[in-house]
Amino acid sequence: MRIVIEITKYLMLIMMGAYTYHAFKASAKKNDNALKKTFRQMTIFLFLFHFTGYFTMYIQLQSEKLLLLYGGQVVLFILVLGFYKIIYPTISGLLIRNMLMLLSIGYIVLTRLSFDKAVRQFIISGVALGLGLLVPIFVQRFSSIRKYGWIYGIVGLAFLVLVLLVGTENYGATSWLTVFGLFTIQPTEFVKLLFVFCIACLYSEKTDFKRVCAVTAMAAGTVLAVVFQRDLGGALIFFVTYIFMLYSATGKHLYLLSGLAGGSVASWVAYKLFDHVKVRVMAWRNPFVYIDKEGYQISQSLFAIGTGGWFGMGLYQGLPTTIPVVDSDFIFSAISEEFGGLFALCLILLCLNCFLHIINVSLKTRDSFFRLLSLGFGVMFGFQVFLSIGGVIKFIPSTGVTLPFISSGGSSIVAVIMMFMVIEGIINGDNSLNIRKADANIADDIHEE
Amino acid sequence: MISMKNKGEKNKHIGLKDKSALNQEPSVSKDTGRKTILSIVYIFVGLFVLMMGYFTFFLLAKSDDVINSTYNLRHDVLAKRIIRGNIMSSDGEILAETITDEDGNEIRSYPYGDMYAHVVGRVMRGRAGIEEMENITLLTSYSNSAEAMYNDLVGVKNPGNNVISTLDHKLSKVAYDALGENRGAVVAIDPRTGKILAMISKPSYDPNNIDQNWESISEDSDNESPLLNRASQGLYPPGSTFKLVTALAYMRANPDYLDYNYKCKGTTDYEGMTISCSNNKVHGNLDLKEAFSKSCNTSFSTIGKELAIDDFRQLSESLFFNKPLPARISNNPSSFLLKTGESGVKESMQTAIGQGRTLISPLHNAMLAATVANGGIMMKPYVIDRIESAGGRLLKGYIPEEVARLMTAEEADYLKSLMRSVVTDGTASRLNKLDVKVAGKTGTAEQEGKKPHSWFIGYAPANNPRIAISIIVENKGSGSEYALPIAEKMFNAYFN
Repeated sequence: MRIVIEITKYLMLIMMGAYTYHAFKASAKKNDNALKKTFRQMTIFLFLFHFTGYFTMYIQLQSEKLLLLYGGQVVLFILVLGFYKIIYPTISGLLIRNMLMLLSIGYIVLTRLSFDKAVRQFIISGVALGLGLLVPIFVQRFSSIRKYGWIYGIVGLAFLVLVLLVGTENYGATSWLTVFGLFTIQPTEFVKLLFVFCIACLYSEKTDFKRVCAVTAMAAGTVLAVVFQRDLGGALIFFVTYIFMLYSATGKHLYLLSGLAGGSVASWVAYKLFDHVKVRVMAWRNPFVYIDKEGYQISQSLFAIGTGGWFGMGLYQGLPTTIPVVDSDFIFSAISEEFGGLFALCLILLCLNCFLHIINVSLKTRDSFFRLLSLGFGVMFGFQVFLSIGGVIKFIPSTGVTLPFISSGGSSIVAVIMMFMVIEGIINGDNSLNIRKADANIADDIHEE
Repeated sequence: MISMKNKGEKNKHIGLKDKSALNQEPSVSKDTGRKTILSIVYIFVGLFVLMMGYFTFFLLAKSDDVINSTYNLRHDVLAKRIIRGNIMSSDGEILAETITDEDGNEIRSYPYGDMYAHVVGRVMRGRAGIEEMENITLLTSYSNSAEAMYNDLVGVKNPGNNVISTLDHKLSKVAYDALGENRGAVVAIDPRTGKILAMISKPSYDPNNIDQNWESISEDSDNESPLLNRASQGLYPPGSTFKLVTALAYMRANPDYLDYNYKCKGTTDYEGMTISCSNNKVHGNLDLKEAFSKSCNTSFSTIGKELAIDDFRQLSESLFFNKPLPARISNNPSSFLLKTGESGVKESMQTAIGQGRTLISPLHNAMLAATVANGGIMMKPYVIDRIESAGGRLLKGYIPEEVARLMTAEEADYLKSLMRSVVTDGTASRLNKLDVKVAGKTGTAEQEGKKPHSWFIGYAPANNPRIAISIIVENKGSGSEYALPIAEKMFNAYFN
């Protein structure tokens, strides 16, 4: 038994490393055949990794339920790879595979932490991937989607206000809505998408001073609404995404600098004003002094990461469940504990690969709306990964943000899948951007005709 | 606005595949757009690289200390994979080891029974001592060899790392035997490095069968506190050993201290309080050195009467009274309670001769003697010399650390001459016959209604100190009677 756990632990690390290596290789490939070959290898490593993970869990638990879940996931992966390939031949194979790889890591870790949550995650992401099939068509065919900038902004804001009025509290933040008393959703996750759409629409039309003022006022309203929900991480993500989109749309360094300066002042004010901000900073600076209360979570997270070391304890061999909210905000610590620090580094690289790929779309597209849209999504994705991982390794104060595709959480997973599908829609719709060229090196020059 | 709408209309009809008709509103030139995006890429790649760097740094440099925390529940998980390593003395004796019996049960064994119970500690009924401080080290195996990897794979337990302590077994044994059946503590430090050479506390308990005897040990019906490490956690009135601090306070307040002169009449009175010298002995005319070597209470309490309380308190706090000692080993802070506005002259006089309300731990007293011996620089005391793999490979060595210079070299030199005179012609003259030149100070801490505690602090050789010791024997009698013979045996053992 022990020997199997040890061997599979190293195998999973090797597969993850190989997958990540190929993902970066694919980004640099220009030759069509070589790219196809790389994709094929990535698919193989994806399925091998997924199999090894469930195999390791099955030999320890001997539960048939695991086999069912595994089978379902394999079918889902095959369907996604097949359908997307057939319907959208020029879609980015890299982004799809990265998405599935991240999902499979999430499935395995969640299964290990809580079988029920894994099932839930599987069903929700499955439905989202099915619906997501329609998104690229939508993005391509209906160019009118770019006309409703103000509507997106106002609808988003309205949702946030609604949450403030009738929302339910969870983990100290009031960001959940109970729908028909059946299930809860976190509208902030969807408002994030609307927000990026809104900004991209409005700034691709014009960027004169009047427009900048109006849009900034609306963005500020959105950020404030999230602050009032006591969702710090969420507010930061909205804020940073807006600043970078504004900067890119106008090209003015002054906006970027004054935005970042304003953000710093606002953070300082928030620190002085709100106790829940102070507590986070306190726990970050000195977790072991407040280990019994405020610093408990981050201390447990560091114990998990430290004890796991470079190679990890192996699946079911650590104690990740001692970390509060481990299946959501702190899932990176659980991964680092049982899969090891090297695996965790690969995971960060893989997220970076996704970020670069999305930004590359922004760099290559000739359509200013799509350029801003993909830039906004790229920044949003990258910054969320940074907040989530940086927070649990004590690099920055923890802000309670989910790790995209991996953390348990229905709204979060649906939103990020939709985000990736919009990007796929942009890639698929633009000839200059189809799979081959989009995967070309980011520093590559675009030649204007 | 109108032209924009038109463009939008057009797009609808021809779709986005036609490049030329794309909505390329050039509010910003293409180049600027590219530049901003590239700079955003650099910012994010930078953030990610920093984050990965921090993660790597944490795993490489910080995690060892972090995961050693007693709050980390994963220690028990590691114990299932590793045979706990040994704790050794500096002269190669095994102080703690794990023995696997025929049935595969692991037993933590302490070959010297209760001798090292406090400093080496235990793993049953709560961890303590080195066993607690280096728990993760002992449960980690240096596994860079093929054999260790193989063991890990086939599920054979790897041997954990060994902790080599600074403890000198030969010296510890002598101190342990010399303390006999008495209650008390002995601490020996190398003043040049801060290495703890011996740390004995009595009464003790046998960690080998702590589990069976836990009830009676923890109940402590005889009020003997065997679990307490008296050496670092026991707090006692310092008695005359505190005259070292008083002498330093006097020197700082009176630069002409060499001209000190006092005529001892055996007793001194202040508002109805009488302070007398030991056995009411009349010492006659004394300079500071003679007052110190004879341990003259009347002259030192008179010094106390004249010292500014604030300065006295400041000095003692700079010597680590009223704060935790700079040591990893768990300790209780010594206390110096004299305070302007709260304390009267009587208390000042008592405090100056180490009675009053002042309390000190034997470890702290040893550190003070060591600081004088080391020319005024206090070294951080430590008990773990190095970590070795089971195969004897050096993994981590502890380097001596300076705490601070607590007194000038001149002050230390004079205090050394005072302590030397205690042996040459004072209360510790019994040590004068040894081959090695010793310096020190005896102390007798009076106890209301009980026999006094017997103290000795000192170091040797006087001109080039290599060992400083602090000895207390509880409720036995005078310092020269009980603590001194223990010191004699220890110096003899250490230098032969």
